[in-house]
Amino acid sequence: MSVSQTIGGVTAGRRARSTWFRGLHGADYVWAIAFAVPYVALFLAFVVYPICYGLWLGSDPELYAQLFADPRYFTAVINTLIYVGVGVNLKMFLAFMLSGFFMRKRGWVKALLVVFILPWATPALPAYISIHWLMNGQWGMFNNILWLLFDIDGPVYLNSHWMGLACNIGAYVWKNLPFWTVILLAGRMSIPQELYEAAAVDGATGMRKFFHVTYPLMANLYLVCILLDTVFALGDFNATTFVSGGGPAMSTEVLATLGIRYAYTVALPRLGVAEVMTALPVLIPLVYILMRKLRVSEGQL
Amino acid sequence: MRRPHPGRHLGYRQRRRLVTVSKVVLGVVLLIWTLLPVYNMLLMALDADADEFTGSIWPPDPDLDSFRSVWTEDYWLMAHFWHQFGNSIFLGVATMVLTVLIGSLTSFSLGRMRLHKGWIITDLSLLTYVLPTTFLVIPFVHIMHRYGLSDSLWAVIAAEVTFATPYAILILHQYGKLIPMDLDEAAKIDGASPFQVYRLIYMPLMAPALVAVGVYALLLAWNEYIYQYLLLSSTGNMTVAVMINQFFDSDEAPWNYMMAIAIIYSLPPIAIFYALRRFMVAGLTLGGVKG
Repeated sequence: MSVSQTIGGVTAGRRARSTWFRGLHGADYVWAIAFAVPYVALFLAFVVYPICYGLWLGSDPELYAQLFADPRYFTAVINTLIYVGVGVNLKMFLAFMLSGFFMRKRGWVKALLVVFILPWATPALPAYISIHWLMNGQWGMFNNILWLLFDIDGPVYLNSHWMGLACNIGAYVWKNLPFWTVILLAGRMSIPQELYEAAAVDGATGMRKFFHVTYPLMANLYLVCILLDTVFALGDFNATTFVSGGGPAMSTEVLATLGIRYAYTVALPRLGVAEVMTALPVLIPLVYILMRKLRVSEGQL
Repeated sequence: MRRPHPGRHLGYRQRRRLVTVSKVVLGVVLLIWTLLPVYNMLLMALDADADEFTGSIWPPDPDLDSFRSVWTEDYWLMAHFWHQFGNSIFLGVATMVLTVLIGSLTSFSLGRMRLHKGWIITDLSLLTYVLPTTFLVIPFVHIMHRYGLSDSLWAVIAAEVTFATPYAILILHQYGKLIPMDLDEAAKIDGASPFQVYRLIYMPLMAPALVAVGVYALLLAWNEYIYQYLLLSSTGNMTVAVMINQFFDSDEAPWNYMMAIAIIYSLPPIAIFYALRRFMVAGLTLGGVKG
């Protein structure tokens, strides 16, 4: 099995598989259709219909004039760019580094990995609510620790735009870091050990092994992970809602939360849909690239 | 002696010790980073007097009072806690079962029976997988009202299944390739109908992947909030995720109760996840990197 086959996900030399008796006939064809019907129905009723309905709801150009006149919208756009840009890249970089650390076969490293994946198993809501109180300025545990260890009176994090945003990003990283670390760890583990041995025979050490073996073989997976997580982060509602609550004074809202606020707090559902639709120019190319990448690999991730 | 470049001037043994120490430091940092929010939950839940948190980093006099209050539903916001907990479990299990069922049927049709133009369905599921679900919520809720499913758990189940199934199809499709087609053909020669092949051969052999997909669906339903919040309004139909948020709206809310609920709510998925951890990681490995 070649390396590109395992890592890039490209199935080289795809064997012509014998089909269900060389093509489907009669009753079998009906069976196959019947098996696929539930999903197609689900897709039509709960994906296609909402999308079309959403497009219709957000089709009035005046909504966009109203939207662009709202300064909160621009704050949300900038916050989203920071949230996604920093949150995704920082997390993926850390996940990549940590996946290298967790490659070690030592017992305590393996035990640490078991603890480390706890945020993945912890539901988002309790975790984010806990982080919300953790970062509370008056009596949060984080400031208490700072006070005990360094005699520092920590700031009121969630009362500041930048620190609030940083807390949201930190919470998002906390929750999702283990998942991506495990994905990248699996990617690293599928690199054949012989490649490293061959590189070592050729005199490569630490950094060179990384740049000439690990990096080229992991680049594609890393890129797919970044793109996929960008989509996930763009739609992330929970971290912002529960850590900073969008505050202070709605200054840490992102597109995903502001749209809901328009629709349900201000009761302007069309404006909410229009707000979400302004993400389409970014989302469509992203989805297109992802579809291509994932389709080539026949459904990676 | 000053050592400007410790790595270069230190002996082999010292350098190894430096590496070991930095690894241990990294391990400790990771441990604190991971456990701090979890510990904070416990600390707050064990504090008996919610009004004045003492500013200490361990519970001054730990007390299970808040858990006892949750158990007896002894506060107006959590008066229906166990019923709502049951709703959450129902939501999670229904999502899991339906996702596994629809996902496996679809992947059987596409991967084993090689449905003509099946790639269209794979593409559609891929498309759903890469769409941010939050962006669909406003029209989705409107439509649910139109279907007459407002304030119904089934509306939420529909949403969760819709967003969990694409991943299921992709993973099961991949895993199915590891199972030889000869098995299906042998059964077919023995006179098995496609449904019998699906039930007696495909499903048992796919068990590890089905477990991974099932746990994924369960965690998705347990993590998700916005669909539950917008679709469920009455106390009787609420899930714990919706109920816990009400504590924020109340002025004198006792945070220790809130945290006790958070811990109880977190326990089932954590237990299931850790029990089935190997399947999860194996499922990911398969989906993540295998071609």
